[in-house]
Amino acid sequence: MKAQPATPPGTVTRNACKVCAPLGACVVFSGIEDCVPFLHGSQGCATYIRRYLISHFREPVDIASSSFSEEDTIFGGARNLRAGLANVTTQYGPRAIGVATTCLAETIGEDVPRILAGHAADSPGGPALIHVPAPAYAGTHTDGFHRAVRRVVEHFAAPCTPHAGVNLLPGFLSPEDLRHLKELVAAFGLACTLLPDYSDTLDGAAWAEYLRGQPGGTSLEALQRMSGARSTLELGRTPGADRDTAAAWLETHHQVPRIPLGLPVGLRETDAFIAALETLSGAACPADIQRERGRLVDSFVDGHKYVFGRRAALFGDPDLVIGLASLLDEIGVRPVLCATGARHQAFAPAVQAALDHADPTDLRILTGADHASISEAARELRPDLVLAGSKGYPLARELGVPLIRVGFPIHDRIGGQRLLHVGYRGAQRLFDQLVNTLLERRQDTSETGYSYL
Amino acid sequence: MIQVLEQRRAQIHRKGETATPLRCDRRSVAGSVTQRACAFCGSRVVLYPIADALHLVHGPIGCAAYNWDIRGALSSGPQLHRNSFSTDLQEMEVIYGGERKLKQALEELIDRYRPKAAFVYSTCIVGVIGDDVEAVCRQVARAKGIDVIPVASEGFRGTKKTGYQAACEAAFKLVGTGDTTGIGACSVNILGDFNIAGESWIIRRYFEEAGMEVVATITGDGRVDDLRRCHGARLNLVQCSGSMTHLAKLLETAHGIPMRRVSFFGLEDTAAALYEAANFFNDSAVLERTRDLVGREVGRVYPALKKYREALAGKRAALYVGGAFKAFSLVKALKLLGMTTVLAGTQTGSPEDYELLREICDDGTVIVDDSNPVELAKFILELDVDLFIGGVKERPIAYKLGVGFCDHNHERKIPLAGFEGMLHFAREVHATVLSPVWQFVPRRSRRSSASTPSREIISPSKNPAAVEERKGLA
Repeated sequence: MKAQPATPPGTVTRNACKVCAPLGACVVFSGIEDCVPFLHGSQGCATYIRRYLISHFREPVDIASSSFSEEDTIFGGARNLRAGLANVTTQYGPRAIGVATTCLAETIGEDVPRILAGHAADSPGGPALIHVPAPAYAGTHTDGFHRAVRRVVEHFAAPCTPHAGVNLLPGFLSPEDLRHLKELVAAFGLACTLLPDYSDTLDGAAWAEYLRGQPGGTSLEALQRMSGARSTLELGRTPGADRDTAAAWLETHHQVPRIPLGLPVGLRETDAFIAALETLSGAACPADIQRERGRLVDSFVDGHKYVFGRRAALFGDPDLVIGLASLLDEIGVRPVLCATGARHQAFAPAVQAALDHADPTDLRILTGADHASISEAARELRPDLVLAGSKGYPLARELGVPLIRVGFPIHDRIGGQRLLHVGYRGAQRLFDQLVNTLLERRQDTSETGYSYL
Repeated sequence: MIQVLEQRRAQIHRKGETATPLRCDRRSVAGSVTQRACAFCGSRVVLYPIADALHLVHGPIGCAAYNWDIRGALSSGPQLHRNSFSTDLQEMEVIYGGERKLKQALEELIDRYRPKAAFVYSTCIVGVIGDDVEAVCRQVARAKGIDVIPVASEGFRGTKKTGYQAACEAAFKLVGTGDTTGIGACSVNILGDFNIAGESWIIRRYFEEAGMEVVATITGDGRVDDLRRCHGARLNLVQCSGSMTHLAKLLETAHGIPMRRVSFFGLEDTAAALYEAANFFNDSAVLERTRDLVGREVGRVYPALKKYREALAGKRAALYVGGAFKAFSLVKALKLLGMTTVLAGTQTGSPEDYELLREICDDGTVIVDDSNPVELAKFILELDVDLFIGGVKERPIAYKLGVGFCDHNHERKIPLAGFEGMLHFAREVHATVLSPVWQFVPRRSRRSSASTPSREIISPSKNPAAVEERKGLA
């Protein structure tokens, strides 16, 4: 089955199921130690993205801007870019500045690499200047994210003595997910460079004093050593199908083997991730992780009847949707609508590959979808529940079915940054929430109001 | 010490200490991490609440996606404004032009949603690739028989203020095209209230009770037909002067309608606004009903504020808001709660605004134009504040440093306008300032946080002035 384009090309987007590339780049730069994200373009881009990220992470997100004016648009923004870099250096004292060029700067044809090189030459000892082109007219925030990861790797990777550590490229997950991934890798005794690592920078502790940036993030030293790693674990089926990712680049240029995996969401994908860690470390899976897996299977049995045959609509970032489809499939929930705003050829085959038990006649996969087309499909398909970010709320409300909030953005609840999706523990949390949500619905709508279920 | 950028120093004042006028009305310093947005944002927020119009953002996806349903601007009828429509320009359209896609998008949306009018917002890219948006709008307007109005809101044109102006120009295209029959002598338009959490409804009720007719609330709970006939009103009351003064001036020039700047935040300002209108009409019945209404409402709300005032007396507040008129009202409202404003800043105040702000603030108050997170954090610590009032972008600065916060921006869900709004405001402030959670935050607790890294720049305990000041208040 081929994915259906949600709307014929060339027509309007109604309530987009995506945001723009610079946002993804800013998230990546936020996950590098002492790095300030910087958008070369109008200041509204930085302000909107800050507001959007703050609504989800509920953390300070400082993104600088070159604040283009009308004159800069005509005569070029080099002067503003350089002044901006100098001011960020004064205010934040960063070790790196991640410059993403927005639509505007890209379209007027700014030679940003040349400007950055000039600035670096004039200010020796200044911060590293990383550049990623991120025009919003090419791809979505997840594309911006993966492109920025690749640019960061290219920027820092120098020839380096081979070492026993591994690179882990997790994709756009929650800070809680990143913490759990680090814990899992460490449990196998593996040294790991996680890129990006915003587990602390976008979910930090309360401050006693003002800090110029949130502590944490992938260190520049670790970035320089990625080229000598034993392997690169690349999570997510869509980057896995792409030849231009950071992992692919490290393999081509530094012979670091690339291990593409799905997001470890659900039992089977976590098994695959754990198996890769076993192979890399030569160690058996630690007992406490095995017990976690055992409890998960045990709970699947306890709860299976409450969820069997239920119909789910899921939408959001492509890799998370693929991962969740796999989880739903293994517990007997039928994904009837799997949609993403991104246009990835790999999306539909990956969703289908994740589904062993689905009825293909009753499954709709949409790429390049917006929320209007998702809603139209959902009205026909009549799901029993929706799995999505906060943007799924209007649909869930309209259909009168529960929304299980996953992924990004979560702006109508607190704790979006602490949602765990990955590993056996993430599967456990999702499964419990799913079962209990359905039980609660049944209990609330039951005439009797059973107190044993 | 937290450093303030050299280029920014003239935009920061301390009342009683700085003699020169505050520098303002300038473009933001690049790289300063301004809290300001762009012209597009300004146009979009002003026109957004017009609920039966189509709002189409012409450009790549980001601009439209970030403001999908972000304002709590309520509508009593159509909800079309809560959608986010975008031409979602792709690379090929950036190269070959987006006019065809724009035309197709407009036709498709107008056929599907049957709006009363359409606004087409230009984003940065459209300004650069040179689409003839006006020509497309004219064409579609002719074909579909509704007004299709371009909004010159390319982000790079300036700050929100520039965008407000473009929005006013666009809205003005509708003004004067409707029938004004039946509009009475004591009639007003209320400009610059956006019906956040239903505030326009509260204000409208006051005027109606006082015997004054509200022709249009612009743009809160806005309708295309109200804009068309708003030139029939006899007086324009402008709140949020930054966003709507331009439209009021256009109405004054073209239709001879006088304008008054008012505010509906706080007891004092709400009463003053109602009296301003009542006195203008000089109608004894209206004046009497206004007096009755104000007397009744103040009599109801003021005593209810007592317990909050007792709890909040001496607490220190910082505020950083978009426009200055809100800042004036907030300083007064905080005073009514027994609190002191130690920091007052705005994104886009004018020299006159800052002069007035200086007059109503106490000595030592820091006044700042176009600030940024680093400076705001510095002031929060140095001035040892208990409450910060701002929008979503300021919230994490306050929270991270262990300071209470009150949202006075578009995302608030509780009406803060009018007499009853003052009571809500007091509850909001009380709920954050008096929360027991602050005892645990590192700034207030004796124990220093284990996770405190070494990159400290300033700590309140090392600021003797603030400590002394606090002692003095105790």
